[in-house]
Amino acid sequence: MHIVVCIKQVPDSAQIRVHPVTNTIMRQGVPAIINPYDLFSLEEALRLKDKHGGRVTVLSMGPPQAEAALRKALSFGADEAILVTDRAFAGSDTLATSFALASAINQIQKDMPIDLVFAGKQTIDGDTAQVGPGIAKRLNMQLLTYVSQIDSLKLDKREIVVQRRAEGGVQVLKTQLPCLITMLEGVNEIRFATMPNMFRAARYALKQWDRVAAGIEDIEKIGLKGSPTIVSKVFAPTAKAQKAEMIDTEGRRPTDLAVTLVTKMVTRFPIVRDELNKRAI
Amino acid sequence: MTQAATPPPAKKPAGRKKFELDERLLAYKGVWVFIEAERGVVHPVSWELLGEGRKLADKLGVELAGVVMTAPGEQAKQYCAEAFQYGADLCYLIEDPILNNYRNEPFTKGLTDLVNTFQPEILLLGATTLGRDLAGSVATTLQTGLTADCTELNIDMENRSLAATRPTFGGSLLCTIVTLNYRPQMATVRPRVMQLPARDAQRTGRIVPHALGMIETSIITKVLEYIPDNLTDKPQLPFADIIVAGGRGMKRKENFDLIWDLAKVLGAEVGASRPVVQAGWLDLERQVGQSGKTVRPKLYIAAGISGAIQHRVGMEASDVIIAINEDPNAPIFDFATYGIVGNAMQILPALTEVFRQQIATAKLAG
Ligand SMILES: Cc1cc2nc3c(=O)[nH]c(=O)nc-3n(C[C@H](O)[C@H](O)[C@H](O)COP(=O)(O)OP(=O)(O)OC[C@H]3O[C@@H](n4cnc5c(N)ncnc54)[C@H](O)[C@@H]3O)c2cc1C
Ligand SMILES: Nc1ncnc2c1ncn2[C@@H]1O[C@H](COP(=O)(O)O)[C@@H](O)[C@H]1O
Repeated sequence: MHIVVCIKQVPDSAQIRVHPVTNTIMRQGVPAIINPYDLFSLEEALRLKDKHGGRVTVLSMGPPQAEAALRKALSFGADEAILVTDRAFAGSDTLATSFALASAINQIQKDMPIDLVFAGKQTIDGDTAQVGPGIAKRLNMQLLTYVSQIDSLKLDKREIVVQRRAEGGVQVLKTQLPCLITMLEGVNEIRFATMPNMFRAARYALKQWDRVAAGIEDIEKIGLKGSPTIVSKVFAPTAKAQKAEMIDTEGRRPTDLAVTLVTKMVTRFPIVRDELNKRAI
Repeated sequence: MTQAATPPPAKKPAGRKKFELDERLLAYKGVWVFIEAERGVVHPVSWELLGEGRKLADKLGVELAGVVMTAPGEQAKQYCAEAFQYGADLCYLIEDPILNNYRNEPFTKGLTDLVNTFQPEILLLGATTLGRDLAGSVATTLQTGLTADCTELNIDMENRSLAATRPTFGGSLLCTIVTLNYRPQMATVRPRVMQLPARDAQRTGRIVPHALGMIETSIITKVLEYIPDNLTDKPQLPFADIIVAGGRGMKRKENFDLIWDLAKVLGAEVGASRPVVQAGWLDLERQVGQSGKTVRPKLYIAAGISGAIQHRVGMEASDVIIAINEDPNAPIFDFATYGIVGNAMQILPALTEVFRQQIATAKLAG
């Protein structure tokens, strides 16, 4: 069995700061991590490998530094890692990204046919949840998003049964391999890296593919040219003109404050008063 | 290599320059909203989108259409009738037993066919599990641009393009995205981000039926079972009228009793900031914000919440916000309606008592 897991290296957004004057992201010193949502997919792929054997290949598109994310994935137990990196990809939106990744997956297939592709539910920087569905469409694979559990995988019948989170419940879906799965967050926990895997990850000769190696001939489909969406403006959220009306607390007891607050509010906001009155019935 | 986070240097900022749309794309007219219906009910995000779609259609001087895809039956006409009441001029309707349960393949085909046949310039979907699954597939099939999780939609009148604004980098910044030389321009919006429009029971419209043109045996993915959520144990934060939320400033799980007490008196839902959920004090279902739920209650009470932008984006549409925080410089006071500087452990019980009395007095007054 051969599984490809798409992982993206992202800046740890918990530590991102925005420059107060220029409104640009200050990336200096911000650690890069594997997109946290991708780890749920990687772990699920590794579990399938534990059970059914085979190979897990991790794939990432990004700048040369993204190598670190792939090595991390190797240390968790992935077998192979491929970094698709080329200046021609700069400025790719989700459509162009899914095109490039799908092309690379087609190249990977040539080495060993692929049974499953995993992507993260979404990224914490792009945050679109579109690249997974996009790859599935381009590879003409069945798409299973928001999977909370893999119930069964029958390689002989090329059949998989999963539970998928829908809006008002859970769908149990059966489909044929190959298919693309995005895992829901929180459904498993990434394993610890083992010593042998850490050594292997450090020594591993990572494959770096440029545009041509990734099988892309048409440069119109990647980078800015291949991206229908254009960012026209980036700005900081506007401060509300009106700050909160502060309840004067000087030397007053909590109950006095609460009375003042509630009285002011129900007088000024009939919408809240009416809502409270509904509770009185 | 992301939904571009910084303005691309090669192209001039769009929107300012006059832009000539490809002739072939000029035929694309009208604003569409995908009406998401499952198990007999339409997801309210569809109505919220019709409200927003109406504004866009009026600005462009075009019609607003709903797209209904469902199994045949009474409910199909019902969904369309409701769509008209919420502002649609017409509905494209695909009825087929295959559409009984959501599956990516038939829904993608149906929606893609409709777009190719009737050529809308804008197509909006809810950013739900269904809407995200479908939107990504349809946009890729149509090879057009899709902007996810928008918080604001507008028309750039200069070139009739959709200007879709969304948070980026975990909400630290906003960016406006346009899709110039591609049609339709697609966008998704999360539930409760837009306001539910008023319903006009008199409004009607016309239905344009369309065939799906698929047979069940050609569809690879099968739905074996559907296990509905037990709604009674699930908090329904997005639709609560009053929410009492606690943050890290509540210090300990036990202190949340004060939050629950107030919520009980107010008949409110309980919400939380992310650290509270991460500490395991409350369920993920109760997280409000960028990576949690978007809410728009009439009253939102925030105790011990700093008001970080990722929390703010999920709750600032509330009509009235009361903030209780020890720190007079907490960012939440920049956008709350009322602020009390003080210890939440002391203020909350007092507030609970005063609200109890307020409601009791209203009861006496009848
Ligand atoms: C990608 C990303 C997504 C995120 N998504 C979300 C999200 O969906 N929702 C969310 O909430 N956060 C989210 N965050 C986290 C967010 O940035 C903040 O860290 C978080 O909202 C802070 O929670 P808090 O206000 O409870 O805690 P803190 O920021 O620690 O604030 C606690 C506040 O309590 C006050 N306080 C302390 N003691 C008391 C007392 N006794 N009485 C009264 N006040 C007191 C303090 O003055 C302080 O203002 C996200 C972050 C990232 C990077
Ligand atoms: N540059 C990339 N390299 C590898 N995988 C990616 C890349 N961008 C997105 N993905 C995959 O697509 C998923 C969804 O990304 P997004 O659409 O950006 O939210 C991610 O969780 C990854 O699995």
